[in-house]
Amino acid sequence: MIQVQNIYKSFSGRTVLRDVSLDIQEGSTQAIIGQSGSGKSVLMKHLIGLLRPDQGRVLVDDVDIGTIDYQQLRKIRRQFGVLFQGGALFDSMDAFENIAFPLRTFTTKTDEEVRHEVQKCLDLVRLSNIGTKKTDELSGGMRKRVALARAIALRPRYIIYDEPTSGLDPETSNTINDLIKGLAHQLEITSIVVTHDMHSVLQIADRVAFIHNTRMHWNGTVDELHESSDQILRAFVKANEYIIAPRYSSNNQESSEATQ
Amino acid sequence: MPSIVLRITQPFFDIGRFTMLMSSAFMSLREMGTYWQNFQIQLVRIGIDSIPIVALAAAFSGAVTTVQTAYQLVSPLIPPRIIGAVVVPSLTMELGAVVTGFILSGRVGARIAAELGTMRVTEQIDALEAMGLNSIGYLIVPRVLAGIVMLPVLYVAACLVGIVGGIVSAELTGVVSTGEFIQGAREHWNFFGPYFGLIKAFVFGFLITAVSCYIGYYTKGGADGVGRSTTRAAVMSCVLILVADLILAILLL
Repeated sequence: MIQVQNIYKSFSGRTVLRDVSLDIQEGSTQAIIGQSGSGKSVLMKHLIGLLRPDQGRVLVDDVDIGTIDYQQLRKIRRQFGVLFQGGALFDSMDAFENIAFPLRTFTTKTDEEVRHEVQKCLDLVRLSNIGTKKTDELSGGMRKRVALARAIALRPRYIIYDEPTSGLDPETSNTINDLIKGLAHQLEITSIVVTHDMHSVLQIADRVAFIHNTRMHWNGTVDELHESSDQILRAFVKANEYIIAPRYSSNNQESSEATQ
Repeated sequence: MPSIVLRITQPFFDIGRFTMLMSSAFMSLREMGTYWQNFQIQLVRIGIDSIPIVALAAAFSGAVTTVQTAYQLVSPLIPPRIIGAVVVPSLTMELGAVVTGFILSGRVGARIAAELGTMRVTEQIDALEAMGLNSIGYLIVPRVLAGIVMLPVLYVAACLVGIVGGIVSAELTGVVSTGEFIQGAREHWNFFGPYFGLIKAFVFGFLITAVSCYIGYYTKGGADGVGRSTTRAAVMSCVLILVADLILAILLL
C-alpha cells in the first residue's frame, strides 16, 4: 500500500503541492487528475522517490521513502514499473533491447530466457515483430506500448502511468486504456494513472484523486465522481464531456444545462 | 533572488554539486561489474574513435612546430639538430596533451553533454532511476573512467604521430635531416617530459569527462537546454584544460 501524508513541495519559491494526502489501495487502479501544471506529475515522482517532499511523508508498505538510504530506495523502486509520458525509451537501444534491459540488469536469466520473457511482454502489450526496430522508427502508440512492456518486464507490484494517452489518437488511446485495464487484471498490479483525460479515467479507474490549485481538492470512487456536486470538479470533468462515456453525460445533463 | 546574487553564488553551487556528484560516482565504483559493458563501449567511443582526429591534429602540430622552430632558431651558429631537441620536448611536455585535450573537449565533451542532456530532458535518466538502477553509476562512472584511461593512451599516440609529422615536414622542407632531428632529440631527451605529459593527460581526461557529465546530467529545459549544455561543456572543458595546464606546470616543474 502507498500512503501520501500531507506533503508539500516547492520549486524556486513556487509551491507546487500543498498538504496533499492520498492512500492507494493494493490491487486498485487509482487515477490522479488535474489540469496541466497542477502538480500531478510532481506527485507521481514523489511516489517513487524521484523527488523528496519539503514536508510530509510518502510510505510504501509503511516504509517512509523520504528517510531511507539510496540503496534501500532502489530496492523499493524495483517494485514499481513506470510508463513515462514520452515513453522514455533508451534511444541507444532498439525496442527489444529496451525491454530486455531490466531483465539483463536485475536478473540472472540466460539470453534465451530473456528473449522468451521479452516475447511474453510484447504479447501482453499486443505487439509483435517490432523487436529490432529502432525507437525512432516507432509510432507514438507503439512507443508507449514498448515502454509499457519494459515497465512490466520485472513483473512489478505497482505500475505508474504518466499521461498514458497524451498525444495519441482516440483509437490508440482506447487501445492503451484497454491494455491498462487488462494488465491490472492479468498481473494483479496496483495501477496509478496520472492524467487529465477523463475518458481514460472513466474507463480504467476505481478511485479518482483530483488536484486543484496545488491541493488535493477531491478524492473518491468513480461512482462518487458521477454523483459529486463539487463545482470545480464538475467544471474540470465538463471540459472533457464531449468525449466522456454516455453514462456520465446523462448523469450530468442537468449540470451541463445549468452551466449553459 | 536578484540575478546579480545568483550569478555570484552559482559557481559555488556548481562546485558543491559537482563534488557531490563525483563522490556519488566514486561510491558507485563498487558496482562496476554492472557497468562493465558500458565502460567498454565508452573506451571505444572516447578513445578508439578519437584516434584519427587526434592523430591528424598531432601530425600538423608536430609539422608546424618543426617549421617554426627552424625559422626562429636555425642560424650558422646553431646546429640544425636543435630542431629535434625543441620539437620533441614541446610535444611530450605540452602539445601532445593539450592538443589531445582540446580535440576531446569538442569531440567527447560536447557529445557526452548532448547525450546525457537529451537523456535528462526525455526522462530517460528518470526511467533508469525508476527501475532501481543507479544512474550515476551507469552513466557517469564508465565515461569518466574511460576518459581517465584513454586520454593517456591518446596522448602517447599524439606524441608519436606528432614526432613523425615533425620529421616528415623537416624532410619535405629540407630544414633538417631525419638523422639530425633524432640525434638532437636524443641528446636533449628528458625522461620527466613524458611522465609530465601523462600526468597532464590523466588530469585532462578526468576534467573533460567529469565536467561534461556534470553539465549534461543536470541539463534543464528542452532542445534549447541541451544546446546550451553542449556549448557549455565544450567551453568549460577547454578553459579547465588551460587552467589545469598552468597549475600542473607550476606544481611539477
